[in-house]
Amino acid sequence: MESKFYEEDKLLIFRITDEIDDFSVQKIRRRADYDIERYMPRKVIFDFNSVTFMDSAGIGLIIGRYKFAKMLGSKVELANLTSNIKKIFEMSGILRLIPITNLENEKYTNKIG
Amino acid sequence: MKSEIENEMKLEFISKSANEAFARITVAAFASQLDPTIEELADIKTAVSEAVTNCIIHGYDKKQGIVKIFARLKENEILIEISDKGKGIENIDMAKEPLYTTKPNLERSGMGFTIMESFMDEVDVESVVGLGTKVTMRKIIKNKLENEESDDEFEMITKE
Repeated sequence: MESKFYEEDKLLIFRITDEIDDFSVQKIRRRADYDIERYMPRKVIFDFNSVTFMDSAGIGLIIGRYKFAKMLGSKVELANLTSNIKKIFEMSGILRLIPITNLENEKYTNKIG
Repeated sequence: MKSEIENEMKLEFISKSANEAFARITVAAFASQLDPTIEELADIKTAVSEAVTNCIIHGYDKKQGIVKIFARLKENEILIEISDKGKGIENIDMAKEPLYTTKPNLERSGMGFTIMESFMDEVDVESVVGLGTKVTMRKIIKNKLENEESDDEFEMITKE
């Protein structure tokens, strides 16, 4: 997973590059919490563009980061969900709390990484 | 042209989380003989990942054991059995409930069975407390039929 913090907008973008399952999620969680606490962003975006697989471990991952970020006064959004990943998030109901954003409109598409 | 496919495979591995990717990729590679769409393959991979995770996290609960997978292809259907000899499920109906989890502290979402049920055509759970759990799933691969239909259409168009 790669991350980039945009100081001027207080925006933290995570580009997840692993498959998301029970095994890989522990590493992603640790890194995400570390960076959220370090940068104290206004908004956190998880970019799923490079995620080739996700199971229900991804739901726990995002709910957990949502709660952690909220505690620190920060919002979470999701970007570039494939249909399979979107289906999994829809089933869990978390999209009612966590919006999907279009990164292309956010001028950050090519800057990350 | 309908070619009859009939094939079977078995897979056994130690209950380590690192094997989840190995298990779902192997089953998906086997299922690819039915010529599924990318979407159908993703569904199978996700369902296998959920069932295998359950064996490792809940069935064996950090203890080491063996997870077994049996898969059979017949015509346009894949049958997948995933089993463990772990602690078993006391109340299957409750375990299947969306958002129900015995491990909320580990950020488990409780959506495993819900995902298996919505991504596969049929999911059956057999479990005996103290002896283990077996999940049997079936999925019809529609892609094959659709391709054949479109081939027929093409033949009809070219005949005219």
